[in-house]
Amino acid sequence: MTHPIVRFLARRVLYSLVVLLGVLVVVFALVHLVPGDPVRIALGTRYTPEAYEALRSASGLDRPLVTQFVSYLGSALTGDLGVSFRNGDPVTVTLLERLPATVSLGLVGIVIALLIALPAGIFSGLREGRVSDAIVRVSSQFGVSVPDFWLGILLIALFASTLGWLPTSGYRPLFEDPSGWLRHIVLPGLTVGLVAAAILTRYVRSAVLEVASTGYVRTARSKGLPPRVVTSRHIVRNALVPVLTITGIQLATILGGVIVVEVVFAWPGLGRLVYNAVAARDYPLIQGAVLLIAVLFLLINLIVDALYAVVDPRIRLS
Amino acid sequence: MTDLSTDESTRVASWRLLLRNPVTVVSAVVLAAIVVVALTAQWIAPFGFNDIDVPNALAPPSGTHWFGTDELGRDVFSRVLVAIQASMRVAVVSVAFAVVVGVTIGVVAGYRGGWVDTVFMRVVDVMFAFPVLLLALAVVAILGPGATTTMLAIGIVYTPIFARVARASSLSVRVEPFVQASQTMGTGPMYILRRHILPNISGPLIVQTSLSLAFAILSEAALSFLGLGIQPPQPSLGRMIFDSQGFVTLAWWMAVFPGAAIFVAVLAFNLLGDGLRDVLDPKQRTMIEARRQR
Repeated sequence: MTHPIVRFLARRVLYSLVVLLGVLVVVFALVHLVPGDPVRIALGTRYTPEAYEALRSASGLDRPLVTQFVSYLGSALTGDLGVSFRNGDPVTVTLLERLPATVSLGLVGIVIALLIALPAGIFSGLREGRVSDAIVRVSSQFGVSVPDFWLGILLIALFASTLGWLPTSGYRPLFEDPSGWLRHIVLPGLTVGLVAAAILTRYVRSAVLEVASTGYVRTARSKGLPPRVVTSRHIVRNALVPVLTITGIQLATILGGVIVVEVVFAWPGLGRLVYNAVAARDYPLIQGAVLLIAVLFLLINLIVDALYAVVDPRIRLS
Repeated sequence: MTDLSTDESTRVASWRLLLRNPVTVVSAVVLAAIVVVALTAQWIAPFGFNDIDVPNALAPPSGTHWFGTDELGRDVFSRVLVAIQASMRVAVVSVAFAVVVGVTIGVVAGYRGGWVDTVFMRVVDVMFAFPVLLLALAVVAILGPGATTTMLAIGIVYTPIFARVARASSLSVRVEPFVQASQTMGTGPMYILRRHILPNISGPLIVQTSLSLAFAILSEAALSFLGLGIQPPQPSLGRMIFDSQGFVTLAWWMAVFPGAAIFVAVLAFNLLGDGLRDVLDPKQRTMIEARRQR
């Protein structure tokens, strides 16, 4: 008899692998769905018959479809994502160069989001129906409705162009220039964080509301526990379990969704890479980036599920 | 007869609940105004949206130019009006696409069950593994930029959400006694679908439609901001904000007004969706009523 957690995780891993296979099919299909000839389109004005043949056989597009997929699968699983149509650089290397910028932006964003959403959501959930609750709810609706690129531009206009407190754009690596990194990440981090905070606040609030109406909270109250203890030990702790999932999903969404914010702040991450690759029709690079982001997404979900099962026995036993 | 009258009274009660929420009413009115603006943009715009007037470039908001002018002297107010029209068109068409395709997939999967359900829902899971904007960008990468591609891209991206909502709702309706009774009586699946399933899942779908319209406007603005959505000379709110970047200190109005237009439209759809959810989504509604009674 294996431990229920192990069985639960094995099921989740298996499921993620099935989805991963589907993701690989979609990413592989991407280049084949392009109307016309992707190699021809990618070459554009640099087209010569020689360059065409060279790029076509280098990218393997002259072989049968099934052979192509099997070899794509094989090389993708060993970390070889082909070479860029534009400059011939290995896609994997380019992606790994860009990853730290996006990850640092994502982590800073989610930390800012949690710093706002946890207190705001708990506060408003515990004061349901009062004016303070309404203020938090309205603010979170505002945050959900703001276009992130607009927010970024307004922040630049105020704090960088007008007040001159922070740089308008750019990036410094954390380990080479920590203070420069901090100065450059404040505005993009805030842009990402404020929007994510608005979404997270709603989930924290509804999680608190849900837990507050359960039987065990009523029991805790009726046996005379002080409200502070009921709030901290029973309500908040249990409400954090679903919040964990949403935080994970939010982080994954940020990592894949910061495209526009990275463009606004000239942030050299994966998002801007995808954007440039789409504009340049660099299909191997697009495929690689889309695959990497989808894999990150699946991985974070898997980790969150695992944590969830460890934290909440009800999940793994059901 | 009795069946009909209870149906009627729930409907009236729903409307009352809806009208009692001032936020919902205000957002509905704002949206109605936006729709009117979108439909009549060409006629109510004081200037042509591409009328260049270089001597008047970068003029601040005034009695003549309510939202100021841009770097070519074009009237920002007129451009915002016409851009709202384009934005709404993309949002409505793409969400309509997502509703039709998604609901079909979801209802068939939920009602048929078995391997059809498994296959459909795995496909939906795969689509959920891609962040929204990334998936839209991938579609644009395949089909090339433009308004039509944008509609298709956003439509595809939001299809899985409707498939999930429709499936979940039809799964729960399928086991209801009235559906099972109908099946026992030998009623055909199409009739059951039309008479029982669709009316019963319409609540969550209407809510989701409103929320999706909000996100569709945001997605279109983002794609147009990146230069991959609506193409010039057609003005778009996203592109206007992109173009304003070089002028943030010189002409704040170029960034503020198009962004505010997006913000107001998205906020109105979000608030309306929330208000509708309180009333139309039965589970949520019983929760609210239960809470009110406490």
